[in-house]
Amino acid sequence: MPTLEIFDGKIRIRDLELEAVHRGDGPPLLLLHGAAGIDPRAEYLELLARHFEVLAPSHPGFGNSPLPDLFDSVDDLAHLYLDLLERFELRDVVLMGFSFGGWIAAELAVRCAHRLARLILVGPVGIKVGDRETRDIPDIFALPPDEVMRLVYHDPEKAPTNFAAMSDEQLRIIARNRQSLALYTWEPYMHNPKLRYRLGALRLPTLLVRGAGDGLVSQQYLEAYRAAIPGARLEVIAEAGHAPQIEQPRALVDRILAFAG
Amino acid sequence: MRAWFFTETAYPYLPEEFDSIRVTLPNRHYDPRIGAELYHRYLDEWLHAEEMGLEIMLNEHHQTATCVDPVAPIMLGVLARETTKARLLLLGNPIANRRQPVRVAEEMALVDCLSRGRVEVGFVRGVPYEISAGNSNPVRMSERFWESHDLILKAWTTHDGPFSWEGRFFHHRQVNIWPRPYQEPHPPVWITALSTNSVPAVAERGYVVATFLTGFEVSKKIFEAYRATAAGLGRDTPSDRLAYAALLYTGETDEEGRAGARKLMWYVEANKVAPQFVAPPGYVPVEAAAQAMRKGGSQYDFRRLTLEDLVSQGVMFAGNPDTVFRQVKAHYEHVGGYGHLLVMGQAGFLNHRDTVRGIDLFAREVYPRLKELK
Repeated sequence: MPTLEIFDGKIRIRDLELEAVHRGDGPPLLLLHGAAGIDPRAEYLELLARHFEVLAPSHPGFGNSPLPDLFDSVDDLAHLYLDLLERFELRDVVLMGFSFGGWIAAELAVRCAHRLARLILVGPVGIKVGDRETRDIPDIFALPPDEVMRLVYHDPEKAPTNFAAMSDEQLRIIARNRQSLALYTWEPYMHNPKLRYRLGALRLPTLLVRGAGDGLVSQQYLEAYRAAIPGARLEVIAEAGHAPQIEQPRALVDRILAFAG
Repeated sequence: MRAWFFTETAYPYLPEEFDSIRVTLPNRHYDPRIGAELYHRYLDEWLHAEEMGLEIMLNEHHQTATCVDPVAPIMLGVLARETTKARLLLLGNPIANRRQPVRVAEEMALVDCLSRGRVEVGFVRGVPYEISAGNSNPVRMSERFWESHDLILKAWTTHDGPFSWEGRFFHHRQVNIWPRPYQEPHPPVWITALSTNSVPAVAERGYVVATFLTGFEVSKKIFEAYRATAAGLGRDTPSDRLAYAALLYTGETDEEGRAGARKLMWYVEANKVAPQFVAPPGYVPVEAAAQAMRKGGSQYDFRRLTLEDLVSQGVMFAGNPDTVFRQVKAHYEHVGGYGHLLVMGQAGFLNHRDTVRGIDLFAREVYPRLKELK
């Protein structure tokens, strides 16, 4: 098995060098982050690393990972991470995605699941549930910024909104992540019209997780997600919003261990 | 210098309270009967400007009361038929937000023929609030803009049958437009710039660069960037490659000029826009977006400025004919000269009589002297 070519927090996939967190021992867990990117200091990473070998790259265009001209769709990201799994011959991988990263994980799994052992989707977007005049996911690009924070957080006090106090580098990363998110998710907004149908072919133990106070991804939406994946389970974490890994890291990691530990 | 009369064809009757004049203001506040009268009135004012020897400019915005001309090529078509001598500048076509560049090429070619070759075609990226209304991805707009431009130019200048286009952003088979443009090889092209970043691509192609309400310093930088790019290519920059747009009202007296200008200020005062539409992701480079997050607010927000501020910044010219001439001349000299003045001479509640009066005084008393500027 080729060793993971990770050095100085970077992982190389062909000519693309991604920033990546790589830590811990145990079964491999590929973590695909959501709109906010990866904060290497996050508590949930530490908790996961006690049980898994965690690999969490920054998607192209997020954090300090370069954005190739060719990249503009979730399809591109799913194929990139398939490439990663093949290249490093990873086996029995726990694939986990948060939010937008959950969409990437689902797209990857429906393409090729033979290197995967388990799929965990936390507050995933990516499917179309409502009719053509009913948006499933609130349009975060057309809502006032403070309203978006209220939808994302169970406790909006935890939202990082004091931009004036942030460093230039922090602000640059936030702006860059937001820009890349728009590039990948603008239209169709936060979904692939074909994904829901394709999920029906999946034969992979799957756990869906929702924060009870998630204002972006509704219970009804995740029920539809669960119904689309044969045998999938859906669990709800109390006192958490769209990012239970931030608001309830221990509760989330407990659920992950119960499912895939 | 050439002067172009410009009105945004606003619908000024706003509700007392609203969150955003752009994107989300419900159109129940628009009375089509009043709107119909306004269209005819604004067309009359353009025709009057032509009669007084001015050229004509119009623009396009969407989902806003500030400019109820979401399909400017139609208005341009009306003007092509109703006028006989004025040049007709559409500044411009928001081609990063238009899904069919070939259709834009057709629209402009038709109106160029209808006007017997009087059309000047502007291409604009559009203000950030056009993103939602245009349903357009704000990321990589510049790349999309230039690919659309390239396709339009090729459609205008290909005369030997169809070609195909399989680009990064646009696909089109059997491109073979009828009519072709009246002017050879194609109508003059104008492109707007609000910062120096976008200027070199305009200057390299020898197009007219137009800058809006950028006052003394930013306008100067933009024009300098154009001249520097041209010089780097071994070319001079004739003044007709540079255009400046300002709010302008001329009265008999300074008091009258300033009273008219105060009414034009509706344009800046009413421009209340919700923050999420001011800063769509990707509209500006990451570094600029990061700094904007730190500062908050919008570079398009002139609402806190007084008439005196606007005049002292060179965003507005107002007063009696001598005063207006002196103000324009000072701006002209500060920025190194330009060949086109885009006169935003109507806005808000400036009524027909006062608009016509402003046009007349400008055309008779100011414009002849501007033409002499070296």
